[in-house]
Amino acid sequence: MTTSEKETAKPGAFSVFIEEVRKNSLTVTILAIISGLLAGGIIAVVTTEAVYQAVGHSFFAGIQAIFVVFWNTYRALFTGSVGVPADIIAAIGSGSSDAVNRALSPFFESLVQSTPYMFAGLAVALGFRVGLFNIGAEGQIFVGALATVWVGTSLKGWPAIAHIPLALLAGAAAGGIWGMIPGWLKAKTGAHEVINTIMMNYIAFRLSEYLLTGVLRDPNKPIPISAQIEKSAWLPRLFDDPNRFHLGFFIALLMALLVYILLFKTTWGFELRTVGSNPNAAKYSGMNIVRSTVITMILSGALAGMAGANEVLGVNHNLGVAFSSGYGFDSIALALLGNSHPLGVVLAALLFGFLRNGAIQMQLTAGIPIDIISVLQALILAFIAAPAIIRTIYRLKEPKPVGELVTTSAKEGK
Amino acid sequence: MESVLELRGITKRFPGVLANDQISIDLRKGEIHALLGENGAGKTTLMNILYGLYKPDEGEIVVKGQKLDVSSPRDAINAGVGMVHQHFMLVPVFTVTENVMLGDEYLLPGGFLDRKKAARRIMEISEQYNLAVEPGAFIRDLPVGIQQRVEIIKLLFRNADILILDEPTAVLTPREVDELFKIMQKLVEQGKSIIFITHKLREVMEFADRITVIRGGKVVGTTTPGVTNQVQLASMMVGRQIELNIKKDLAKPGEVVLEVNDIKVLNARHQIAVDHVSFEVRAGEVLGIAGVQGNGQTELVRALTGLTHPVNGKISLLGSNITHANAKKIKELGTAHIPEDRQKDGLVLPYSIEDNLILNTWYESPYAKRHILQRDVILDHANSLVEKFDIRTPNALTATSSLSGGNQQKVIVAREFSRPIRMLVASQPTRGLDVGSIEYIHQRIIEKRDQGCAVLLVSTELDEVMQLSDRIAVMYRGQILAVVDAKTTTREEIGLLMAGVVPAGS
Ligand SMILES: Nc1ncnc2c1ncn2[C@@H]1O[C@H](COP(=O)(O)OP(=O)(O)O)[C@@H](O)[C@H]1O
Ligand SMILES: [Mg+2]
Repeated sequence: MTTSEKETAKPGAFSVFIEEVRKNSLTVTILAIISGLLAGGIIAVVTTEAVYQAVGHSFFAGIQAIFVVFWNTYRALFTGSVGVPADIIAAIGSGSSDAVNRALSPFFESLVQSTPYMFAGLAVALGFRVGLFNIGAEGQIFVGALATVWVGTSLKGWPAIAHIPLALLAGAAAGGIWGMIPGWLKAKTGAHEVINTIMMNYIAFRLSEYLLTGVLRDPNKPIPISAQIEKSAWLPRLFDDPNRFHLGFFIALLMALLVYILLFKTTWGFELRTVGSNPNAAKYSGMNIVRSTVITMILSGALAGMAGANEVLGVNHNLGVAFSSGYGFDSIALALLGNSHPLGVVLAALLFGFLRNGAIQMQLTAGIPIDIISVLQALILAFIAAPAIIRTIYRLKEPKPVGELVTTSAKEGK
Repeated sequence: MESVLELRGITKRFPGVLANDQISIDLRKGEIHALLGENGAGKTTLMNILYGLYKPDEGEIVVKGQKLDVSSPRDAINAGVGMVHQHFMLVPVFTVTENVMLGDEYLLPGGFLDRKKAARRIMEISEQYNLAVEPGAFIRDLPVGIQQRVEIIKLLFRNADILILDEPTAVLTPREVDELFKIMQKLVEQGKSIIFITHKLREVMEFADRITVIRGGKVVGTTTPGVTNQVQLASMMVGRQIELNIKKDLAKPGEVVLEVNDIKVLNARHQIAVDHVSFEVRAGEVLGIAGVQGNGQTELVRALTGLTHPVNGKISLLGSNITHANAKKIKELGTAHIPEDRQKDGLVLPYSIEDNLILNTWYESPYAKRHILQRDVILDHANSLVEKFDIRTPNALTATSSLSGGNQQKVIVAREFSRPIRMLVASQPTRGLDVGSIEYIHQRIIEKRDQGCAVLLVSTELDEVMQLSDRIAVMYRGQILAVVDAKTTTREEIGLLMAGVVPAGS
């Protein structure tokens, strides 16, 4: 990039798609969620053996069975993610704080499940805002968790006030480095970040296996798992067992606030968003696209790394192989659902957290397989993406603007 | 005189737009009938209806006394109506003959194309109407002016006697325009009738027999060059009084602001686009760069504004060497840049007007303090500029994408002119704008000049360059062929230079 520059950045299919998703109104989003939830119920019905038997028996029995499955599914989803209303009322009436804690613990557990979604969703959303596709949140979560475990287990006798921030920062730093590499490659060579973040995912997976079967492994355990981190690094829990609600939830909210301020209140955010919306105009305005790209990928990676740190410090207190269970990939969907806006991401993360938590109860009491939640999430996303996909295809099909072909086609007059 | 074509009460609605509203026009045998109107007035729509591409919602078409029901271009062609589109419809990798035959092939027994017979016919047409072409040449090798001839031959090949030319002059050099008009003259002499669409006043005054002005989908009136003048036509087009000839005093050039010394700039494909160019621009003068699109103007401007860098030579701005400076540095030294493509480079369309107005000063006081955007200052700034520059919008928070082209350009002009500047680089500042906005932007540019700003105006519109410039440099194939004094030069001289012809003795 010395003499001739990379001329004009043409928006790729991905950027056009993101832009189209953003055009979806709030109504579309809400309708998509409702349709997704309904479709989930329908799938629960058609996959339940009892319904077929009842339909075979009589029409009325069939209707009844369908209704029962619907009712059981949504009830289990609700009680699993929020609690049993009667129990909650009774517990509050009894005045026993322990009873209240138990009755409300499904609700708080949903918040616990939402927390890593918030971090990772913010990571992906920040990238989207700057026109970058961080598909590597999953890998960044892994390296974040690894670094956090290392700081959490190896520093001994530290006060919590120093140990917790340091462990969190280690996670953020590791994730940041993992994001920086594809960011730097993109800025310097134009290599697409989608490819490179995916490759970084695989490196992270293999690295974690290597470390967890090696130096980080607790030799006293039969399976490859790290030792427990020092108590001084545990994120404080706010209630007694079994309620796992911990400080990480508020840290995630704080990060959402910080991302919001960064993007919409500061000069840096203005630059980042401009680079994301129109790189040509950003260049015209004297903005530094290379720097914006690298910084965004670092910050995005750091947020994802914090998701990993949060899980280690707040929930598991150790790290096993394949612990993340797809938070990083779900967060791509989540960022789209949340319109790449910090507030939207928080709401979408709550939705995903409640669904995920409710699904466990659904499986236990209604016998609906937990995978239905993945189907349901996918359907919500499909409803959101479908209009945007259609628009994207048509926009990409649009004829090239005239003027590029001055010699073969006439330029429009003024 | 007899009418060969009548459009009666044509109405066409698009979703949300009434493109044609009860339009009635008649075309007489052997006349050049100009259809004059601003961008979006509905001219192309009307012609597409006549050509069978759109179905009118109301109205009828009468050709040579017979009511015609055109539902496809084929019907139009059979009735003798032919159209040259604003965007040519030629296949670049086919020869002239193949293109002309396309869709109407002469065949030999066995289904082979009879290229010889077609070429013979093309030569006949070419001689009859002075339409010199080489039947065996490939379209992609031909200049735009010749491609246009091929389009016209295509119509004559199909025996069209009513020819519709949609903005045929938009892509031509002044010399090619003159040649086109000679051809049009020849065509009408031999009994053809022509509908000639344009938005250029000078052309209709010189070449049309009758002029119909369309505004907002309606016919404003029909007149003849003998009884009207450009100012009156402009006012009919726009619907209000228009000042066409910008009043300006003689320039009082001061010190050299921009000095360009022997620079060479490559384009994106690493070809030489600017080839050893030198010039200077002084405070208080307008240097116009004339030239046909694609002769290196784009790359020159990019190099001057820091969006690319020359591989050779030196650029100085107010004594600082900016050859390798970036856009920010050059802006901070006092350069304003109205970019050639406002939507691609000059604006972030989804952003509000407010944000577009701070697009290159977003980090400066008073718009930011300690890296925090000062929203109330930014909004006040925007509100005052919206008023001062007459940007037509509900408010300053409206997305720029929803503004008309003229108002989008005003946002850029407002942004660039509202900070202290010493140098203005204006590239195609009025492309695609309506007459009213053009007038406005021209006045602002001259105002800047009179305040002592050095102005570099790059435009492919010869009229614009002639009107605004004090000196004119003509670019051709990456080089500046000559710099002439705007007061003493003529359209003809510049037209020749734009075509690469350097007058003897210079
Ligand atoms: N296919 C179309 N669909 C919708 N609107 C159209 C279409 N073609 C033209 N228009 C609208 O109709 C109006 C007239 O356009 P046009 O006939 O192209 O104007 P002109 O050729 O005079 O510049 C414009 O407002 C334009 O946006
Ligand atoms: Mg048109």
